[in-house]
Amino acid sequence: MSAADVRPGGPVARALGAQRRNLWFWVFVGPFAIGLGLFTYVPLVWSLYLSFFDAHNTVTPTGDDFVGLGNYTAMLGDGAFLSSLGTFVLFTAFIVPATYVLSLALALMVNRLRLARAFFRSVFFLPTACSYVVAAVIWKLSIFNGVRFGLANTVLGWFGADQTAWLSTTHPPWYWLVIVTVRLWLQAGFYMILFLAGLQRISPQLYEAAAVDGARAGWQVFRHITFPQLRATSVAVVLLLVINAFQAFDEFYNLLSDARGYPPYARPPLVYLYYTALGRDQNLGLGSAGAVILALIIAVATVVQARWFGLGRKEE
Amino acid sequence: MSGSSSGSGSGVGDGPGRRRVLAGAGGIALGGALVACGSNTGRGAGGSGPEISQWYHQYGEPGTQQAVQRYAAAYKKAEVRVQWRPGDYDRQTAAALLTDSGPDVFEVNGPLLDQIQGGQVVDLTAEVEPVKDDFNQAVLAPKIWQDRIWGIPQTVDLQLLYYRKSLLKAGGVAPPQTLDELVDAAGTLTTKKTKGLFLGNDGGAGVLAGTPLFAAGLSLIGDDGRAGFDDPAAARALGKIRQLYADKSLLLGAPTDWSDPAAFVQGLTAMQWSGLWALPMVKKALGDDFGVLPFPRDGSGGRPAVPVGAYGSAVSARSKRKAAAKAFARWLWVERTDFQQDFALSYGFHIPARLSLAKNAKQLQHGAAADAVRFATEHGHAEPLLWTTADRTAYQDALSRIIKDGANPETELKGVVRKVNAELQRVKKKSRA
Repeated sequence: MSAADVRPGGPVARALGAQRRNLWFWVFVGPFAIGLGLFTYVPLVWSLYLSFFDAHNTVTPTGDDFVGLGNYTAMLGDGAFLSSLGTFVLFTAFIVPATYVLSLALALMVNRLRLARAFFRSVFFLPTACSYVVAAVIWKLSIFNGVRFGLANTVLGWFGADQTAWLSTTHPPWYWLVIVTVRLWLQAGFYMILFLAGLQRISPQLYEAAAVDGARAGWQVFRHITFPQLRATSVAVVLLLVINAFQAFDEFYNLLSDARGYPPYARPPLVYLYYTALGRDQNLGLGSAGAVILALIIAVATVVQARWFGLGRKEE
Repeated sequence: MSGSSSGSGSGVGDGPGRRRVLAGAGGIALGGALVACGSNTGRGAGGSGPEISQWYHQYGEPGTQQAVQRYAAAYKKAEVRVQWRPGDYDRQTAAALLTDSGPDVFEVNGPLLDQIQGGQVVDLTAEVEPVKDDFNQAVLAPKIWQDRIWGIPQTVDLQLLYYRKSLLKAGGVAPPQTLDELVDAAGTLTTKKTKGLFLGNDGGAGVLAGTPLFAAGLSLIGDDGRAGFDDPAAARALGKIRQLYADKSLLLGAPTDWSDPAAFVQGLTAMQWSGLWALPMVKKALGDDFGVLPFPRDGSGGRPAVPVGAYGSAVSARSKRKAAAKAFARWLWVERTDFQQDFALSYGFHIPARLSLAKNAKQLQHGAAADAVRFATEHGHAEPLLWTTADRTAYQDALSRIIKDGANPETELKGVVRKVNAELQRVKKKSRA
């Protein structure tokens, strides 16, 4: 490179941009862009590629292993995969409204407190800091274990009930109680904080105006003022809840798996794919096909949801 | 079906990070490389002679790690670096075998058919051939594919039924000899505080696997190369396991699972299905107040059964020092019988894979241990090599539905038979290719 190149107006200087902005842009953005590409986009594309091959124990299948759409038809015809999608729909249909209602109720109650509001806010928020794995282990081993000295069984024992094997009973499906309570405990506090922030943004004048107009405190005010004013918060909360439900893995895996695998119930898609692709079978082709199907479902669901809520639309 | 003697082999604690899994199956592509980067592969620089890395899963018994390091140090023709790997060992090796930085010699709960067919492990026939007949044939058989030997059995593990003599006596129950007697005994022994039988927290679907079928005189894969349990006797035997569950005779949701004798020792259950490895702990806690049984026979064609299995020592096909690795595997697992005996019996409690060693070991000549050795020889069944993970999952899911949901055993088994036969077709097609 000659001195002429670096002079103002030379090709290098042009590439660097005014005040070397281009250089600094890449210095700051580059590492993240590389990381994103290497750890997200390359695997994504590779996964798509693998999904067309019979890739047992290999990530570099040869042409002989090409099976076309075979993995997709196998996965869509696989009762276990379809039932895992059903599990997931059921779980989402329950956990999203349940968390929504619980965290909103907590927020309304904490918001009305005059004394020790910060204390209760912190207390309800604390579980958010706990890891899913740790909470699942506590739920499994201490609270909902199946023997007589488990917390739940001890309490029931005072009333003369028999011990229940919470995680092993499918009729009735007590395992859902364990799975849902652990997630409620973990995440309700976080969404409560979001709702609290939303509640504090509502102008007091609205309530005053309502009182002047004769609205009764309680349900009427909530129905016509508080709830509509929380719309933006509600949309964010529901979106986050659904995304979190899509990602359900930790508590399921830690509550129900054992050294011999995973029972055929309460098995969400990620757990099922985890065993298919990364289990001893190492059926990476089939697992990738499942992952692509799941990704498509999530994409469609997200788009529909965004349309439904009018996400990103300007508020009138 | 070799049980992991570490007990906590793949316990609740080692769930993978959510993000890692969320990266989707595509992350697998990099997973192998990441495993390799994130860990010391055991190949440092320096030293004399070729360097070999050898992997073991984490055994729970104290002293085992020091022992295998001692064996490695005693080998003079190469520098052997031992890696002791806690966590989900099967998954770690599966990922590492996809890369160049995996182990040279490693123990494996297999090797699996797909690993052999995929050319991930090398042929060890020449190494084992001279002493082939001295190995326990039940555990050697699953290491053989197309007349070649792909892994050297290290030790034999088996599972068996422990029962508390005093509790059976108090209940007026004789040690059960048939599956019906087991169902009755478990019912009789169940009280408000103690359950009759512990088959694992999932009700037995995981650990029992093919054992009830063996006890009914059937097999997982028949001599004709098709599913070996397409028979009314299979549905009948599995229906009796459901009976145990429906009677509420089974202990469920215990803090430890079947592989750990804690539930049995603490008196939560009168009988427990567990591994031979638990025997020293049971003996220490209960003295003579216990006995062992094979899984009781069922029906007229039935025979008692115990599942046996062996971790095998295999050599990675991606090793850069295959000859040295093979020589080391032969030296340790074929030639050094003193080390093999020490490994099997000085720390945990396993039966040596070599018949000559098992016969002469004095720890195995008395009491329950002697019974166990007899069961292994007379009633031992190993899972065949052709019984792939997909088969196991389908069967285990069906068994779980039969036991817990009361699903019809016949219809459930029909579905499994179909799936197993299709899977057998797949692997056969692959072996021709």
